[in-house]
Amino acid sequence: MQQCNLQTINITRNAVGRKTREMLVIALLLACSLVAVLTTAGIITSLAFEAFRFFQEVSLFDFLFGLEWSPQTALRSDQVGSSGSFGAIPLITGTLLISAIAMAVATPLGLLSAIYLAEYASNPARAIIKPLLELLAGIPTVVYGFFAALVIAPMLRNTGETFGFVISSESALAAGLTMGVMIIPLVSSLSDDVINAVPQTLRDASYGLGATQAETIKQVIFPAAIPGIAGSLLLATSRAIGETMIVVMAAGLAANLTANPFEAVTTVTVQIATLLTGDQEFDSAKTLSAFALGLLLFIITLCLNVVSLKIVDRYKEQYD
Amino acid sequence: MTDHIDIISVDGSARHRAQKRFKSYGLLAIGLSLTFLFIMVGSIVLRGSSAFKQSFVQIKIELSADAIDADNIKRVRFGKLLKQSLRNKFPEATSRKDKKQLYKLVSPTAEYSVRKQVEANPTLIGTSAKLWVRTSSDVDMYLKGYVDANLDESKRRLSDLQLEWISLLQRENKIESRFNTKFFTGGDSREPEQAGVLGAVIGSALSLLVCFMLSFPLGVLAAVYLEEFAPKNRLSRIIEVNINNLAAVPSIVFGLLGLAIFLNFFGLPRSTPMVGGMVLALMTLPTIIIASRTSVRAVPSSIREAAMGIGANKVQTTFHHVVPLAMPGMLTGSIIGMAQALGETAPLLMIGMVAFIVDVPQGITDAATALPVQIFLWADSPERGFLEKTSAAIMVLLAFLIVMNLVAIILRRRFEQRW
Amino acid sequence: MIENNDFAPENTIISSKNVDVFYGDKQALFDINLNVAENSVTALIGPSGCGKSTLLRCFNRMNDVIPICRVDGSITLGGQDIHAPNVDVVSLRQKVGMVFQKPNPFPKSIYDNIAYGPRIHGMTASKAELDEIVEESLKRAGLWNEVMDRLDKPGTGLSGGQQQRLCIARAIAVKPKVILMDEPCSALDPIATATVEELIDELRERFTIIIVTHSMQQAARVSMHTAFFHLGNLVEHGATSDIFTAPKDERTQNYITGRIG
Repeated sequence: MQQCNLQTINITRNAVGRKTREMLVIALLLACSLVAVLTTAGIITSLAFEAFRFFQEVSLFDFLFGLEWSPQTALRSDQVGSSGSFGAIPLITGTLLISAIAMAVATPLGLLSAIYLAEYASNPARAIIKPLLELLAGIPTVVYGFFAALVIAPMLRNTGETFGFVISSESALAAGLTMGVMIIPLVSSLSDDVINAVPQTLRDASYGLGATQAETIKQVIFPAAIPGIAGSLLLATSRAIGETMIVVMAAGLAANLTANPFEAVTTVTVQIATLLTGDQEFDSAKTLSAFALGLLLFIITLCLNVVSLKIVDRYKEQYD
Repeated sequence: MTDHIDIISVDGSARHRAQKRFKSYGLLAIGLSLTFLFIMVGSIVLRGSSAFKQSFVQIKIELSADAIDADNIKRVRFGKLLKQSLRNKFPEATSRKDKKQLYKLVSPTAEYSVRKQVEANPTLIGTSAKLWVRTSSDVDMYLKGYVDANLDESKRRLSDLQLEWISLLQRENKIESRFNTKFFTGGDSREPEQAGVLGAVIGSALSLLVCFMLSFPLGVLAAVYLEEFAPKNRLSRIIEVNINNLAAVPSIVFGLLGLAIFLNFFGLPRSTPMVGGMVLALMTLPTIIIASRTSVRAVPSSIREAAMGIGANKVQTTFHHVVPLAMPGMLTGSIIGMAQALGETAPLLMIGMVAFIVDVPQGITDAATALPVQIFLWADSPERGFLEKTSAAIMVLLAFLIVMNLVAIILRRRFEQRW
Repeated sequence: MIENNDFAPENTIISSKNVDVFYGDKQALFDINLNVAENSVTALIGPSGCGKSTLLRCFNRMNDVIPICRVDGSITLGGQDIHAPNVDVVSLRQKVGMVFQKPNPFPKSIYDNIAYGPRIHGMTASKAELDEIVEESLKRAGLWNEVMDRLDKPGTGLSGGQQQRLCIARAIAVKPKVILMDEPCSALDPIATATVEELIDELRERFTIIIVTHSMQQAARVSMHTAFFHLGNLVEHGATSDIFTAPKDERTQNYITGRIG
């Protein structure tokens, strides 16, 4: 019998090179994931830096609470009073008006679609309807913008004329309605997830008591899903606020301070896009104001996202 | 026997009506959404399909050998010859105004087309050649039925006289509708009948190439790190929260980032696919990371254990086994991310890809535009002729999106493993 | 096997004849003939996967919710075929209530949990009447004293045993004839289990109870009749005392003595 020599089985870590190589690979991987953090940092610093330059010329107070927006006058830099007006209130109200119209369209349609898909539709029907709805989300927003300007706006104007309303050809209504349709799939797919997260045991309990499907949905599933749905709607609102092309093409440039959906309004994104399209001088308050608006937009949407992600996470944890 | 137990349904009871009504609300909502989709796509296809055709008119043009120096065709003024032929054809146009109207029957670019045809076929010199050239956009629109001839003359862009000439040409079979190859082989133009999408398509393709080269490796490696290596610490949590929030940042903000950092700070060239691709890469990164993480997570741990069991270290296990198995899912996610990037317009406006560019870009540092931006530019043009071109460009964009999504679906079907 | 299916209590309320149940291609129950006596507790026992819960869910057509599930044969409630086209599944479930394995109170107040059923069925005309039903149901479920001063608190805040009794109270609030219980104590600790078992014993006077349980001791404690299932077959059905002391079938014997299951 040969004696087994334990000494020859080496299980200690002797390959120092291999260890370093492994560390290098991991460091590279970490660096790649840090790009996301860097991007956020880049967004914040670049926006804050340019916005800071803007606020040296225009006071923060005037920007946040001013009621008039007309950056065009700043072009004549040699003239007295060349500073223009940089009150963001009309832009904010315009943005909110259009987003509100969009949500008024997307909330009922998206929710009802989600409920139908989650609770009523048979599997084959679901397999057809779901991708079709998602097509709505896959169509580029520039296409929606074109359609809004070309079809929806004239249609609204003509309808308005028939009933004696004056609807401007670039109305908040046209942009809001179109944007609402664009957001439907977002609302419906987020709510679908939320509704599916409601445990089956609650449905069983309700059916076991002899409730109809509609009663179960309205009185058990929907109330249970409300926090999650609220989170989804916030996320959709943030999407509406940040949407650019539809409003650029259908809402117009007139900074009207109005709550009338038949009038033309402008939004934060429209102003950023117009101020920075074409050639710019980087010293004028006019150009820099776009960055201040960008910062405002970033902060608003970030807050909405953070809050909605928190709500949805907490909601899902509840049923895990 | 027990007492009678009533379980018979009361047809049409309020509760059952409510149940049916509620279900029909859901169907109605879906129906409305899909109706909008069909009307939108339908109206665009309806308007856009005519752009694939273009009217041509046949002109008999005297290419006398003394007027044309065969060795120096570039310097020949074909425009003059063209106008002469038109006057020969319709000698009744004598006043300045009438002549001007006459010249407007053909495209302002027709003279270049004549020169090209002569260059291609020098034997034409010395003959009186019958050449086909594009009609002007106004004539093209009229021939496609977009102009109502019954309108008052002052309300349409073609005069009665012009309409008379057109109908004469039609009777002589000298007007033809042909497939508009220029739309697919040309760059942008101020003249609708001359405008094409190739420049924009190449611009988009180059941007997407840059975008993919950056975001795919970055996204995949980041996903691998987060799923396989990241310790459960604060940094990992910050990265994760960051990615989730980045996914919901408005696209125009990415444009601002590109403008401030890439163009102003690093001084990279404006309006180029390189910068466009970089901005789009940052935008699609969260999508790719999230999709890749899902597909890494789907690789069962038995594979990892098997590799570890034969002595592979963590890095080897990951790159020899996990990543190859997760690759189809990662690619699918990336293609979907690319499809989103292809439709993006707003950030490209910020970095100057809105310029009017006639030439087809040759590389990632040439000034270029992108397909959705081209759509935006044409949608903004007042000329009637650009309306159908815009719709047609949208059809091209949608076709590309459909192809990309189909590729993603096929990839998923073919390589998806059910563990 | 047929001889075992002859057990027919004189006052049958639910009866199944030649019931086969399929999940897709898989058959879960084979030719089940079972008669359940009114105002009694019948226990369905057997090793897990034997189909006892499946049969239970057939009695109030909860299986309708599962698209791949198919039920053949006839089930009658008080002599009426529950699959007849004119039967309203909603009314059926009102008459045949159900309590589930895991307590599943709605994320609403204790009051609303109980009031939900009477409300949807339009059983009460006034708030006072509804209050009365809620109080009576909670009392009958032995929960009233514990929750009377916090009826507006969420039902999900109760302990596991309390939650299950809340679910029982919720089920009896709609005044069913039959209550189906699907392993109602499997998620509860021994003390809560004892309370629920006592409750079942009390409820017997007014309701017919069919209980699925994996605990033979529980079946012996609470039931008057016991049916033993094995691999989708009804092996033996009879008075609980007979099944536990003098089983006719060898499989029942083996199960009772702990050799299978």
